[in-house]
Amino acid sequence: MIDDMTHSGYPPKAGGSRRTTHAESSDYEMVIGLEVHVQLKTRTKAFCSCSASFGDPPNTNVCPVCLALPGSLPVLNEHAVELAIRAALALGCDVHETSIFARKNYFYPDLPKGYQISQFDKPLATGGKLAIGNRNGAPIAIGITRVHMEEDAGKSLHDRFAGVTAIDLNRAGVPLIEIVSEPDLRSAAEAGAYLRMLKQILEYMAVSDVSMEEGSLRVDANVSARPRGEKQLGQKTEVKNMNSFSGVERALEVEFARQVAMLAAGERVEQQTMLWDAGAGQVRPARSKEASHDYRYFPDPDLPPLILERKLINRLRENLPELPSARRTRFLKDYQLSDYDVDVLTASPAIAEYFESVSTQHGDAKAAANWVMGEVLGALKATGEAIARFPVRPQDLATLLNLVRDGTVSHTAGKQVFAVMVRSGDSPGDIAKREGLLKVSDDDALRRWLDEVIAENPKEADRFRAGEKKLQGVLIGAVMKKSKGSADPKRLAQLLAERLGT
Amino acid sequence: MRQHTATSIAESVRSGEASATDTVARALTRAREIDERDRLNAFLYRADEQALEFAARVDADSAARDTAPLLGVPFAVKDNLNVIGLPTTCGSRILEGYVSPYTATVVDRLRGAGAVLIGKTNLDEFAMGSSTENSAFGPSRNPIDPTVVPGGSSGGSAVAVAAGVVPIALGSETGGSVRQPAAFCGIVGVKPTYGRVSRFGLVAFGSSLDQVGVFGTNVTDAALALRVIAGRDDRDPTSADLPVADYPAAKPSAKGAGNPLLKGVVMGRPKEYFPAELDARTAELCDRALERCRSLGAEVRDVSLPHTSLAIPVYYIVAPAEASSNLARFDGVRYGRRVKAEGEGLRGMYEATRSEGFGPEVTRRIMLGTYVLSAGYYDAYYRKAMQVRTLIADDFRKVFSGGVHVLFTPTTPTPAFPFGSRSDPYEMYLSDIFTCTANLAGIPALSLPIGRTRGLPVGGQLMAAHFDEERMFAVASALEESLGPDAHR
Repeated sequence: MIDDMTHSGYPPKAGGSRRTTHAESSDYEMVIGLEVHVQLKTRTKAFCSCSASFGDPPNTNVCPVCLALPGSLPVLNEHAVELAIRAALALGCDVHETSIFARKNYFYPDLPKGYQISQFDKPLATGGKLAIGNRNGAPIAIGITRVHMEEDAGKSLHDRFAGVTAIDLNRAGVPLIEIVSEPDLRSAAEAGAYLRMLKQILEYMAVSDVSMEEGSLRVDANVSARPRGEKQLGQKTEVKNMNSFSGVERALEVEFARQVAMLAAGERVEQQTMLWDAGAGQVRPARSKEASHDYRYFPDPDLPPLILERKLINRLRENLPELPSARRTRFLKDYQLSDYDVDVLTASPAIAEYFESVSTQHGDAKAAANWVMGEVLGALKATGEAIARFPVRPQDLATLLNLVRDGTVSHTAGKQVFAVMVRSGDSPGDIAKREGLLKVSDDDALRRWLDEVIAENPKEADRFRAGEKKLQGVLIGAVMKKSKGSADPKRLAQLLAERLGT
Repeated sequence: MRQHTATSIAESVRSGEASATDTVARALTRAREIDERDRLNAFLYRADEQALEFAARVDADSAARDTAPLLGVPFAVKDNLNVIGLPTTCGSRILEGYVSPYTATVVDRLRGAGAVLIGKTNLDEFAMGSSTENSAFGPSRNPIDPTVVPGGSSGGSAVAVAAGVVPIALGSETGGSVRQPAAFCGIVGVKPTYGRVSRFGLVAFGSSLDQVGVFGTNVTDAALALRVIAGRDDRDPTSADLPVADYPAAKPSAKGAGNPLLKGVVMGRPKEYFPAELDARTAELCDRALERCRSLGAEVRDVSLPHTSLAIPVYYIVAPAEASSNLARFDGVRYGRRVKAEGEGLRGMYEATRSEGFGPEVTRRIMLGTYVLSAGYYDAYYRKAMQVRTLIADDFRKVFSGGVHVLFTPTTPTPAFPFGSRSDPYEMYLSDIFTCTANLAGIPALSLPIGRTRGLPVGGQLMAAHFDEERMFAVASALEESLGPDAHR
């Protein structure tokens, strides 16, 4: 169904002449605006009561409304509206008391009604801002043009069955917001920073899973090039089909280079949609029809205007969850942690909440921070699990830290206990007992291990006895190993001295 | 052709004089008779089995006996209303093989009141037309005179009531599609206020205009059916959450015994609905009806609705625009007919399915609607039409806020016309010139028989302010009573 690709990709694979030089590229400025689609985390779809969950067998979460059976009518999901408002408020937008749902008409097999319910000239919210750090030493805020509500389409599966396209309508009608930025971004890196910041805010607002892999966050980029110093915007193209933030950055660099090459050669950039091919690292023009759609927007007569009472908007604003920037400031102040530690710990709200819970129950913020950043994040990285499903509960980690602090288990043994907690989810006290990892200060037990070690390492024992003090570490280390870290090293040193008479 | 009314049928079933099963069986026999013997082509589907099963349940349900207002009353619905287990065709080939998995709210409500659905009736394809000549399954015929059309688009339902099969039936209106066939067939047809009745389960044509309407042998039956189906439905966000009055018992506002029935009622006679070229006999019958109202104590005022002449042009922008979007779902992908075009891919399948599935009038309106919504034309056509639509609604608002309670007009400029006599689409569109204004303004309107011309029924139309069905019914039943048998001669 896709027209033949008459245009080849950019940059050319091999043999093509690349006219862009580094010097030329730096004569031009990149201008980027992003359109981000975010799936709202509702239990049911935007306009019917079907489940909005991801990953169910195809076409099981469908009903007359989202299948667009004749005669069915949409009924707006109020929870979706609340989440959309929350997102808009977090981005500093004006949420309008009246917004209008409109129909965006186009034919595609995974669009059951032949139109998408969206918002057009009266969106939910406009005029926000997102601070993304510094440019040339000055803080920058990217303008948010608008946040509007719409519904998702289904999924076309072109490669599942030979020769046919299969359609899964589970996703059809799932609520989305589209967040449109002003063309305020000036580099691929800024685009990446904007996306990471946006994702973090939406995560903190608990409005979406914001996962590009699962498709709950999707990015289209409008990009243009202009000579440095030029005030007018150049002709933009739209780049689609990126599936990671780094993919967005790479695609922008490649598309910008393509445009600069054209401009430098005196050619005109054509308004079109480019598709990013992550495998090839190339952009290719989409079929031209896609770019020239006339969506014939008009107000959806099935849905009355969305009227929001000021009171509701204010209540949602007052009850907005803590924003990442506020949490960062608070952690710096309350826990006396370094900038770096706070950045790591507040990267996601779930990590931040986990840390805070451990720290509060244990009492030593620095220790809690070290363990969460080291052991917890390490374990999560190793398994690829989300912290929500992490088997070690904050109160169990706090208990373990208490055991380490009061000397019941050694620091080394503590890490071993933690490893078992990750595997089993058992309580740290039980594990330490079961695995023999409680710190052993009992002289008889320590002497038994010491004798074994001396018997196993007669040369080292002799040299130690002859005055080679540095061998104390080797011998004690061997006992520690034998005791799986549970031996009390201080007492051990005393016993070793007694035993070998130095 | 006189028949039992819904009220009398419900009474006799309630008293045990007749069973629902016998009543429904008789209706099914009559339905077969008018279609197979008389070739009226009223029904696209007779639900014999489902109907008898439902009737048996009504007979067995002793709890319903005292409360169900339509106990055992057979009814029919236009085939653009969904009923679980039955086909929905919309009079179109494109829905070939489609069986609905759910039931429209209005059908649920009538059944909940004890009424029994016996079948689905013929219509112009997707309710686009004024004669049922646009049905893919052949036109229906007018039981008064089978050489003329029954009107449309809800022609089949009008025929089923006029031919005595059922005392009540459901139709739908986008621009006069209940009132015009009611007028042509000599029965009562009601279009409620937009939002008075749930559209859930009604296949959309022009969503901002569409409203389910009712046919009845008389005003009381129509009022009773509307009372049952009216009211807020959570599955239709455009349905109004307003109280529904007891329409069959509606009385004009005048209080006190001895007062004439319509004392205190102000009726408006909009001059734009009585043009010089109006059929002379129609004009005469309207005068007679107004005279009767006057003699019942009503005050009749000449009024003006200055934007009336713009209604047809506005209607034929707004309705096709919405239709072009509403009918996009008939794409051959999920249900209904799919025509493959070898080697032409997806686009070819869309084109083949839709050009073979839709008839010429539907195609014309989709093209028209697509055009007026297109970039560069939207402002000139759709936006402008919506602005003029507001002016038309304001005309009514002014008249009603100026003390007029109901308006009286002819329902149609002419009586029913012969088959094939309006082959020019625009000429056909003009049959709705007096009715589509109420759809554009969203106000309630009703047609009732007020006499005959050359043997064919003539309808008089009453229009009222938004959600004032009660007063409209009150005046209608007073006029109906006053006309008596004159309504049919």
